[in-house]
Amino acid sequence: MDFLQRFAIPHPSPAIYASMVAIALVSIAIVAGLTYYKKWGYLWTEWLTTVDHKKIGIMYLISALLMLFRGGADAIMMRAQLATPEAKLLDAQHYNEIFTTHGVVMIIFMAMPFIFAFMNLIVPLQIGARDVAFPRLNALSFWLFFAGAMLFNISFVVGGSPDAGWTSYFPLAGNDFSTSVGTNYYMLAIQISGIGSLMTGINMCTTILKMRAPGMTLMKMPMFTWSAFIANVIIIFAFPVLTVALIMGTTDRLFGTNFFTTGNGGMDMLWANFFWVWGHPEVYILILPAFGLYSEIISTFSGRNLYGYKSMVASMVLISLLSFLVWTHHFFTMGQGALTNSIFSVTTMAIAVPTGVKIFNWLFTLWKGKIRFTVPMLYSIGFIPLFTIGGVTGVMLAMSAADYQYHNTMFLVAHFHNAIIPGVVFAMLAGLTYYWPKFFGFMLNEKIGKSTFWLLSIGFILAFFPMYITGLDGQARRMYTYSESTGFGALNMVSFVGAALMAIGFVTIVWNVYYSFKHSSRDIGSDPWDARSLEWATHTPVPVYNFAKVPQIRSSEAFWDAKKHGHQLFTGKQEEIHMPNNSGVPFIMGMIFFVCGFSFVFALWIPAVVSLIGIFVCMGLRSFEKDHGYHISVKEVEETEKLLGGASK
Amino acid sequence: MKELFPAKQVMGFVFSLILTAVALLVHFTDMSFSFGMTILLITAFVQAFLQLVVFMHAGESKDGKSIYTTIFYGAIIAIVTVFGSLLILLWDM
Repeated sequence: MDFLQRFAIPHPSPAIYASMVAIALVSIAIVAGLTYYKKWGYLWTEWLTTVDHKKIGIMYLISALLMLFRGGADAIMMRAQLATPEAKLLDAQHYNEIFTTHGVVMIIFMAMPFIFAFMNLIVPLQIGARDVAFPRLNALSFWLFFAGAMLFNISFVVGGSPDAGWTSYFPLAGNDFSTSVGTNYYMLAIQISGIGSLMTGINMCTTILKMRAPGMTLMKMPMFTWSAFIANVIIIFAFPVLTVALIMGTTDRLFGTNFFTTGNGGMDMLWANFFWVWGHPEVYILILPAFGLYSEIISTFSGRNLYGYKSMVASMVLISLLSFLVWTHHFFTMGQGALTNSIFSVTTMAIAVPTGVKIFNWLFTLWKGKIRFTVPMLYSIGFIPLFTIGGVTGVMLAMSAADYQYHNTMFLVAHFHNAIIPGVVFAMLAGLTYYWPKFFGFMLNEKIGKSTFWLLSIGFILAFFPMYITGLDGQARRMYTYSESTGFGALNMVSFVGAALMAIGFVTIVWNVYYSFKHSSRDIGSDPWDARSLEWATHTPVPVYNFAKVPQIRSSEAFWDAKKHGHQLFTGKQEEIHMPNNSGVPFIMGMIFFVCGFSFVFALWIPAVVSLIGIFVCMGLRSFEKDHGYHISVKEVEETEKLLGGASK
Repeated sequence: MKELFPAKQVMGFVFSLILTAVALLVHFTDMSFSFGMTILLITAFVQAFLQLVVFMHAGESKDGKSIYTTIFYGAIIAIVTVFGSLLILLWDM
């Protein structure tokens, strides 16, 4: 019994017990359903062992949507608690846990897999490759992310959630002030999924540098591929910092080292420093692929090629460098001198310049374009003004002297949500709608999609714009309640209404998927949006080998060339296609990582050591394995091509 | 015969031995901490660069240019991170 005591929740409540029951019931239902419909084999051969970038992308997509709802549930609880003064819905401890998990889930387990989903789905298709450079590593990346996400998500029913904020600053996150295992979960879950992200970074960079179709020079890559490339370069340079900081934090908590303690030569501020050395580039890791998606969508639905291709690329390269030079602006008030703060103020404001260049490029792409207001285009059009407001308030926050007023208030919360929701979330939903037909074979309903857009936009404005005002009036961030005399009540109620509208908006996405699955036409061809870049040149659904023949590229809009200027994309005769084999090892390794992480969280040393050995055994086996993949014969390819709609253009 | 003799590698090997010897001097002679550290840092970075160019053949393959670009980019970010952190946490605290 003593042994089991450690798994108990330190601050139980009826809601958590209800969640435990719900989790148990859903797990039983999934297992029973898989058994009843005899889908275990299908699940194993088609999904768990797959190395196909499209299937891995879809798994990322589903995980990201699930996490969006988990993080969204946290958000709506917070807004409900703050809707009225002195509310009793959540106590301080639960509020702390909820804002912590909301932040971590939304950034690490929602936004990251969402961008990885699009990178996986689109990048190989846009560069005319058959898969990513290291398909099995790609599967491992996904399963590490998945293990990390699951480990983090069980925290609130086993042992207690982390409660030190998503930034998890020491000394608050140290053993003295965070006594539950919650912060151990934070350290290990992010560590595991972070290793996966780093692998994806290496994988995608190699893919983009080495596997482009003949004729596609770097300056002829579609814009989304460029943005994915830059984002992955940032991943390679930023994530190691997080990895090291998390290891130091873990050893502080588990083995009594003194990296971030206040005594014994430790330096608590070093954590904040390391966290943001990773954390600021992370912001650009998320936003650049979003920019890439907007570029694709805006040029498609304006019927024009992207304005200022070269300046788009140059501004992204500049952003990738500048993103490493600004991290101090997250802690202007930590006590460093005016000189340091001034330097980082200037670099922070400088980053607005390349971003502004991109905004103008999108506007000039729209200029004189023949605009079609489809759902993806609505998100993109909504993004431009809303994101600009987020950017402008960012420049306000960048002034280090003024930042002493804004710091840790709702003004900051409003700013970064204003950048991330129209910037990243809208882009992800736009991309989801835009690429849905390519991967699922039917369009999402436009009417429901448009109502989703309006619900989310209006909800967003109502939810976050009042926070600018209450923030300037002094409402502090992360406070679980406020007194009536502060006068924040009315505006917080508006925020809650906005949050509720957004919640309804997200539910309509699920409804849209269900409705479209039932009613949408399956006869949509391979190019339903009249698009421009190479990913639309193959069939829908995309065959496992992507392109029967390797495409020949002349410009960044290869497919448009083929449609309008008679360019021959696919020439030569059909050849045998070489594809990678499936493997169960990445999935097994992911599960071992989960066990390993869980054992470390609870300091169970025997399973921790055993699972660590298991990880090394998996890696050792791989290095002795001879796996040359398999070949698809010419005859088989021709039959598939015939089945999917004759020889391609 | 000339092209068979790896002059560059032999010279590099001798030079790396000299660098090691100079670094070892810091241990065996009595010099101030900051002077010793300066010598160690310089010899360490020259040594690393030497290994990279002479023995790991950076720049000899056809993507030599991109290897140097990556190293340069990485070095800039590392330098900025290290010196930025020092500035924030020590020099201007």
